Amino acid sequence: MATYEWQPLQRNYDLESQRKSLVTEAALSHPLQSITVTDVKADKRGTQAKKKAEDVKKSSSFIDPLSSLGPLASSFEGSDPLSKIASQGIDQAPRGTRTKSEDGLDETFEPWSAKKAGILTKYTTSEKLSITTSFLSSADKEKMVIKSHASTTVTDKVRNRLEQLDDFEEGSVQEMLNLSQQDYVKRIEELNQQLITAWENDQRVKALKIVIQSAKLLSDVSVIQFYPSKFVLVTDILDTFGRLVYDRLKEKAVYIPAGSGVARSLPDNFTPDMVSEGAKETCRNWFFKIASIRELIPRFYVEVAILKCYSFLNVGEYNDALQRLADMIRGIGDPLVAIYARCYLSRVGILVAPQTKDHLMPCFDDFLTTYSQVHSDTVQNTLAVQKMEMPRYLTLFSPALDWLLQCLANKSSEKTLMEVLQKSKKHCNSALLLNSIISAFKPEFVAVRAVQFTDMIKECEDTGFPKHYLYRTLGLCLVMADPPEDQQLTVLNEVWKTVMKLKNPADYIGCSEIWIEYVVKHFGKKEVNKILADIIKHMTPDRAFEDFYPQLQSVVTKILAHIHDFSVLFSIDKFLPFIDMFQKESVKVEVCKNIMEVFVKHQVEPTNDPVIINATMFVCKTMHDSVNALTLDDERKMISNLIAGFIRNISFGRDFERQLSFYVECRSSFSNLDQVLVQLIQNVNDLSMETRRVVKGNHSRKTGNFVRACAAYCFITIPSIQSSVAQLQLYLLSGQCALLNQCYSQTDAFFKAFISLIPEIPKTLQVDGKTRSTEPILVEHIYNFLSTLLIVPDNPDAGVLYLLRGLLNILQNYLWETQTDYKVLVYTRVLALLSAMSQDSYLYHADRVDSNDSMYGSDPKFLNELKSMCSTLVEEVLSYLKTLAQSELYKRQSLVSLELFQTIVCHGDIREPSLFSLATKLWGLAQKHGELDTKIMVRCLNGVKSKAAASTIREYTELASKLSLESRT
Amino acid sequence: MATLDIKLKKANKVYREGELVKGAICVDAGKSEIAHQGITLVMEGSVNLQLSAKSVGLFEAFYSSLKPLQLINYSLDIAKPGKLPSGRTEIPFEIPLKAKGNKELYETYHGVFVNIQYSLKVDMKRPLLAKDLQKTCEFIVEYSDKDKAEKAKPKPVQFTISPETLTNVKEKQNVPKFKVKGKLESAVLCITKPLKGELMVEQCDTQIKSIEIQLVRVETCGCAEGYAKDATEIQNIQIADGDVCRGISIPIFMIFPRLFTCPTLSTNNFKVDFEINIVIVFQDNHLVTENFPIKLTRF
Repeated sequence: MATYEWQPLQRNYDLESQRKSLVTEAALSHPLQSITVTDVKADKRGTQAKKKAEDVKKSSSFIDPLSSLGPLASSFEGSDPLSKIASQGIDQAPRGTRTKSEDGLDETFEPWSAKKAGILTKYTTSEKLSITTSFLSSADKEKMVIKSHASTTVTDKVRNRLEQLDDFEEGSVQEMLNLSQQDYVKRIEELNQQLITAWENDQRVKALKIVIQSAKLLSDVSVIQFYPSKFVLVTDILDTFGRLVYDRLKEKAVYIPAGSGVARSLPDNFTPDMVSEGAKETCRNWFFKIASIRELIPRFYVEVAILKCYSFLNVGEYNDALQRLADMIRGIGDPLVAIYARCYLSRVGILVAPQTKDHLMPCFDDFLTTYSQVHSDTVQNTLAVQKMEMPRYLTLFSPALDWLLQCLANKSSEKTLMEVLQKSKKHCNSALLLNSIISAFKPEFVAVRAVQFTDMIKECEDTGFPKHYLYRTLGLCLVMADPPEDQQLTVLNEVWKTVMKLKNPADYIGCSEIWIEYVVKHFGKKEVNKILADIIKHMTPDRAFEDFYPQLQSVVTKILAHIHDFSVLFSIDKFLPFIDMFQKESVKVEVCKNIMEVFVKHQVEPTNDPVIINATMFVCKTMHDSVNALTLDDERKMISNLIAGFIRNISFGRDFERQLSFYVECRSSFSNLDQVLVQLIQNVNDLSMETRRVVKGNHSRKTGNFVRACAAYCFITIPSIQSSVAQLQLYLLSGQCALLNQCYSQTDAFFKAFISLIPEIPKTLQVDGKTRSTEPILVEHIYNFLSTLLIVPDNPDAGVLYLLRGLLNILQNYLWETQTDYKVLVYTRVLALLSAMSQDSYLYHADRVDSNDSMYGSDPKFLNELKSMCSTLVEEVLSYLKTLAQSELYKRQSLVSLELFQTIVCHGDIREPSLFSLATKLWGLAQKHGELDTKIMVRCLNGVKSKAAASTIREYTELASKLSLESRT
Repeated sequence: MATLDIKLKKANKVYREGELVKGAICVDAGKSEIAHQGITLVMEGSVNLQLSAKSVGLFEAFYSSLKPLQLINYSLDIAKPGKLPSGRTEIPFEIPLKAKGNKELYETYHGVFVNIQYSLKVDMKRPLLAKDLQKTCEFIVEYSDKDKAEKAKPKPVQFTISPETLTNVKEKQNVPKFKVKGKLESAVLCITKPLKGELMVEQCDTQIKSIEIQLVRVETCGCAEGYAKDATEIQNIQIADGDVCRGISIPIFMIFPRLFTCPTLSTNNFKVDFEINIVIVFQDNHLVTENFPIKLTRF
C-alpha cells in the first residue's frame, strides 16, 4: 500500500472570507405571512389589533427589527392565528361577565354548584341514617323475590305475589334503617336514576311519587349534622325533576307562528300566549296535582322545583308564586328545615327570575322573627338526643343563611345592607347572622364600615356561635377590600385585642392566618413583626404548632405574597424564628421552597445585602440538607434550580474577591447538588472573564493572581461533580477561560484533565428514562476542544503538540462503538486542524495569547512534524476504510470515504499528485456500491466545480473533470 | 288491531250549556280495511245517587228516588254499515249541549254518594267473529250563565280557637292552654280561586305537631220525608309542620281540586255542600278541630 504524503493547502483566510460574504438585502415580506391579507379589514378584531399596533408604532421612532412592532410584524398582525386566539380570549372574557351581569347577577355571585361540594365535604356524619321510600333498590327487591320462592305452601306464594303486586302498584312505604353515609348517598343517587328511568318510561305518577318521597326526607332532622348535605343531595333530585317537567312541557308546547301553518318548537324567550292550549292544560294539571299534596314540606319543595313552568301560564306569575311560597315557609316549625326551605326558594328564584326580589326580604324578616325557635323545647330536645352542642348546631345554618343573604345582597344598594343590618341588630343581633351578613355582602360594603362591624361583633350576643368565626369572616372581607385609611389601625387594634385572648390554638390560628394578610397589606414591618411574635407566643406552648402546619404555612405564603422586598422581609426579627417553628422536616423544606420561589421570582436586581444573604443562605442550606439518597429526581432538580437562582442573584459588584469568597462558601454549603456546583463553576468562570474585561486583558499581578485563584477554584470543584459529562464540559470551558486569561499552566492542567477524563465517560446515559449513547456528546466536545487547540501554545517543557498527541493516543485506545464511525470522523477533523496549524497565520487568535504560529514562525521542522502526523492519520483512515469492505457496511464505507475526500479537497493541497490520485480514488470508492444518494454526490461535485472556478489552482478543474457521476440504473 | 278513539277539540274538555261539543272519532284500522255494521255516538249525562252502607237499611223505602237521573241523552249514527279503509280515518262530529226536556244541567262532580257525570260513548258494531269496539270519553260541564248564578263575595270569617270555644270536650282540664286566631278571606268562594286566609298561634302550652286544612264534602240524598247526610273528606292540606313559631301569621292556602268540587248544589233530590275544617294536632296526637261551612260558586 502506497503511503500518501499530506500537503496542507496554503490559504489566505482574509481573501476567502471576503469572497464568501454575501450581498445583504433588506427583507420586507414576512415569510410566514399568509397570502390572503385582504379579508383582514373584514375581521374586526384583526383591524383593531392592527390599529393598536400602528398606534404604538407611530409613538416609537426607533424600530427594532426583532420586536413584534417591526415592519414585518405589522403586516403580519391580524392573520397570526395565535395572537388572534389570544385577542379573542381577551375580548370574550369581559363579554362573558357582561352577559352575566345582564342576567342580574353580580360578578362575585358564587353559584350554587360551587357551594355544593363544600357543603358535602363539610357536613358529614358517621351516624346511621334511614330512608323512607317505596322505591327500593333492585338489589333489595331481588332479595324479596328470593324470599318468596323459599316459602313453601301455595297460599304463602299467592299471598307473597299479591303483596309484591301491591308493592308495585301502590308502593308500600318501607323504611331502610342503619345506612351509612355512603350507602345513603348511593341510595339517593339511585332514586335520582329511578326518577329519570320512570320519566323516560312515561310513568309520570311514579316519578312524582319518587320526588315527593325524596322531598319528605327533608323534614327529617334525625341526624342533624348531615342535614345540609342531605339538602344538597335531595335538591339535586328536585332539580332533575323540575328540568324534566319543564323540558317535556316545552317540547309539547309547539306553537304556530303567525302567518305560517307549521308548528314550531318554542324559542327560548317565549311568552305565554305562544304556548298551545294543550300544554297549558298539562302544566295546570301539574300544579293542581302538586297543590293537593297533603304534607307541607313535600308540597313546598315540589312546587318550587317546577316553578319555572309558571312561565307557560302567566307573565307575572313568578312574583306572586314566590311571595306565596315564601309565606308558606312560616308554617315550618323546625328552624333548620325552614331556613333550608328559604334557601331552596331563593336558589330557584334567582335562576328563574333573577329580577324578582320581593320575596327575599320577607324571607329574611321571617327568619329573624322565627330565630327564637332555635331555643324552643323541640330543638333543644333534638339536640339533647343527638348530643350536639349549640355552637355546632348553629354552624349548620351557615350555608343556607349565606346563600339567602347572598341573593339578597346581589345587585342591591347600600340601603339594603343598612336595612338588613338594622333589622338584624334589632331582632336578634346574633353572631350567626352577623357572620352570614359579612360573608354575603360585597367586601367593599363591609370594608367601608369596618369599625362599625367590629363594634357589632363585640356587642352581639354570643349565642353559642363562636365569635372567632366572625373575626375570621371579617378578616376575609377586609383582605379583599380595603377599609378607609383612617379606620385601618382602629380595626386592627380592636380585632387583635380579642384574637390575642383566644385560648384555643385552633381558633387562634384560624383568625390570625386571615388577619396576617390584612396587616401585611396595610402596615409596615413593625406590625407584622408584632403579629408574628404573638403567633409564636400562642403556638409554642405544648408544641401546638405541630398541629397547625398548614395554617402556619399559609401565613408565610401570605407574607411572601405581599412583601417582595427581601431586605424588609428578613429585617422582621421574628420571621426566622417563625420559620423555626416548622420543625417537621418536610414542611420546613416546603416553606423554604416557597420563600426561595418568591425570591427567585421577585428579586430582580442582584443584591449584596448581608442580611438577605445570611437569611437566604440559611433557607437554602435547609433545603440542601433535606436532600438525601431517597430524594426524588424532580425534587432534587427543583431545589437545585432554586439555589442556583439564589446564587445568580447575589452580586457584590466590583468586589470580585468577596464574590469569590461567597462562591467558596456556597460550595462548602451546597456540595451535594451537581447542578448548584455547575452553576458555581459557571459563575466563577464568568467572574474571571469579567475581571479580564475590567482590566481590558492587561492583568496586573493582583488580577493575575485572582484569575488564577478562580481557575484553581474551578479545578478543584469540578472533580466533585458526579456527572462526568458535565465535568468534561466544565474542564473544557474552564480551560478556555484560563487560556483567555493567559494562565497557561492552568490551561494545560484543565486540558490534560479533559483528555484523561475521556476514557472514563460512561458509554451510555439515562436521559428522560431512555438510555442514550454518550458518543455524540463526547464527539461534540472533542470537536470543540480541537478548535480550541488551534490557539493553545505548546508548553515549552513538553514536546511539540503534546496535547494533541495525548488526545490522539487516548482516542486510539478508546473503545468506540462498532456501529459508528466517530473515530475516523474525529480523525478527519484532526486533519483539518493540522492543516490549519500549518498556515503562516492562524484563522483566529485569542487576545494577548501567542499561539503556535508566532511561536514557531512556520518553522520547517514544525511543519514536517505536522505533515507526518497527517500522513499517519490518512493511513489510519484508509486502513479503517478497508475494515468496512463488507457488503453490509458499504454505506458506511461510502460515507467515510466521501468525508475524507471532502477534507482533502478543502484542506489538502491537491497539486500534490499523491493527494490528487487519492481524492479520485476516494470518489470512486464512495460511488462504488451505489449506496449513497446521487443528490449528495451531485452537490459535492458542484462544490468542487465552484472551488475550481474561484481558485487559481487549475488542478481543481482537472479534478472536477475527472470525477464522474455514476448514475444508478 | 283496530282501535277507536274520541278526540275532543277543546284540550281541557270543558263545555257550557248551549255550546257545541265538537270533536272527531278516530278509527285506526291497522293494515287492512275493516267492515262494520254501523257506528253510533251517544252523549249521556246523569246524576248517580248512592246510599252509604250505614244508612241503607233506613232508606229502602226511597229506593225509587235513587234511580239515576238522566240529564241528557242523545244518540246519533255516525256511519252506516260499510267498510273503512286501512289506516286512520277521522269522522268529525258536533253535538249541541242541551238538557233533556225541562231538566237542568248541573256541573260535573265526582263525589262518594253523588256523581254528576257527562260522557260521550262511541260504538262500532262489527260482524260475527269480531269484537264490537267501544270507547267512552268524559267531558266536563260548567255553568254558563254569568248573570243568573250566584257570585262569590268577600265575606270574611274571623275565628279564635281556644279551650273555651271547644264544644264537645268533657274534661276541660285535660286540654292544654292554647289560643289560635285567624281569619278566612271569605266564606263564599269562587271555585277557581284558592281558599285564602291566615292563622296565628298566639299561645300554646304544648308542642304542636301539625296544623291542617281539611276540605269536606257533605252530600245529602233524599227528599223532605227523610234523607241521608254524609260528610267525607276530599283533601287535607298541611299548612304547618312541627312546633311553629308563636305569633307569626301562617298563610292558609288551598286550591279546590277540579272534578271533586263543584259549586254548592241544592236540588229536590240531593244536595252537595262543602265545609272547611281547621285541625290542630298536638304532640300527643290529640287534635282540635274547628268547622266552617263554605259556599262555592262558579263565578
